[in-house]
Amino acid sequence: MSGYLTGVLVVLAFNVMAAYAVYLPLAAGQLNLGIAGFMAIGAYAAAYLTNELGWSMWAAVPMGSAAAGLVGILIGIPVLRTHGIYLALATFALGQVIAAVFLNLDVVGAAAGYPVTDYAAPGVVFACAIGVVLLMALISRTRFALYLTAVKSDATVADLMGISVRGIQVAAFALGAALAGFGGAMYAHHYSFIEAQHFNVLLSVFTVLYVLFGGVQTVWGPLVGAAFFTLVPELLRASDQWRYALFALFIIIFMALRPQGLVTASLFRLFRRRSKGASA
Amino acid sequence: MSAPAPTATPAAAPALAISGLQKSFAGVRAIRDLSFSVPKGRATALIGPNGAGKTTVFNLVSGVYGVDSGSIHVNGVDVTHLPSRRRIRTGVARSFQNIRLMSHLSVLENLLVGQHVRASSLAALLTPYRLIPNHRWKREARAALAESGLEQYAEETVGALPYGVRKRIDLVRATLAGASVLMLDEPAAGLNPSETNALRDHLKALIARGLTLLVVEHDMHFVDSICENVVVLNFGEKIAEGPLSVVWRDPKVREAYIGTDEEA
Repeated sequence: MSGYLTGVLVVLAFNVMAAYAVYLPLAAGQLNLGIAGFMAIGAYAAAYLTNELGWSMWAAVPMGSAAAGLVGILIGIPVLRTHGIYLALATFALGQVIAAVFLNLDVVGAAAGYPVTDYAAPGVVFACAIGVVLLMALISRTRFALYLTAVKSDATVADLMGISVRGIQVAAFALGAALAGFGGAMYAHHYSFIEAQHFNVLLSVFTVLYVLFGGVQTVWGPLVGAAFFTLVPELLRASDQWRYALFALFIIIFMALRPQGLVTASLFRLFRRRSKGASA
Repeated sequence: MSAPAPTATPAAAPALAISGLQKSFAGVRAIRDLSFSVPKGRATALIGPNGAGKTTVFNLVSGVYGVDSGSIHVNGVDVTHLPSRRRIRTGVARSFQNIRLMSHLSVLENLLVGQHVRASSLAALLTPYRLIPNHRWKREARAALAESGLEQYAEETVGALPYGVRKRIDLVRATLAGASVLMLDEPAAGLNPSETNALRDHLKALIARGLTLLVVEHDMHFVDSICENVVVLNFGEKIAEGPLSVVWRDPKVREAYIGTDEEA
């Protein structure tokens, strides 16, 4: 595999992990616009453990993920009392505050950035991304995933059916945060250097776009969205500076034709019925 | 399924008992000192002109609104201050005037949501049941659909189904929750005659299984065909109670329905 291709696929792997971190709460109707902040927590926590305490990457990365998940629970409980645009604003502010804290935290290099001593090879990053996709595919086969949709679709009815709406929302938010932390921790160990400026609002917004573009109704939407946003600009490289204009045009056309995202639940049912009809 | 016990005495604890219920919204008294009870295994209708407070009663019993004063007992359990989420465990479930199914989920998935009360452990939450062919949850949901003659819709997206079918799926979901008391808000509204007949048969089958129904309905023929007892509300107050043929002759009821002076 060429260095260029490996580089692109590594970016794709990180984008896929981030997309699922946004997808989990979004599947329950909660927009987290501060996902970069949770990535930063995972990245800095894991990097600190390998650098300063001499931990192995294999222990530091899960701890970074757990730290982000814990912050997700603590923040999620009060923040998820808000809805819609207010939740988006609250999480947006949260992401900014977290990045600002790391930007001024001398113990992890502050504005100068923070080199990381341990290294995760591309193969490890790929394996982690595939693991995340498989885990998400497994979760999508459970009642938990069904309840995410139920809570998003009609929280009153879900509540009357006995489902703990807040419990499901906080769990989805915290699991998303943990996943973001995991991706951030892997990022720190692959690139061997992190700086707070990387975990900015554009990273959060782009990740939300992957998910909305791919579609939030099925577990494959974020994968397709992240792949589109990562690979298509690369494929358009030959068109030089036109690539951004072409890419924007693609997005506008797709969103006009499929406002629910590229991959929807009814699309899946249609394919299933066709394949059943073909085999009958 | 065993037949309902016809020997049930009126002295047995009612399925639903409402006593001295009061509810105001910004100074407007929506429910005034309302008391009535619904006997087990029977269908009771809650009727009254628009704005009488019928849906508010449903919202108070299901816990969507809190009460100002009074008490609500379901199957002998005081649910007055129980969080709405916990009330279904006492056996009470409701439908909404506008059907509240999750429209982009399949019929089967909607029914699985209804099963939650009986599959709410952490292990149940995380079991990848969709990977297990013919898992018992899916089997049970399909069986409930088959019982109502709706099995052909199992895999359909709910939003694409006819109105009458969706109404009945809403009923199946409530029964899958294991509810013994069903509150149905205008179940026959918007249905054509054949759909109304199918719904009537469905409800009669539920009563025969021993379920208790409290029905808000404007179609008096429909009410007459399934409900033995009728409670009439007007401006949040009970103005009459008894068999439909009797309350319909009550001058207070006639006055409340002024302008719609037709016999049921």
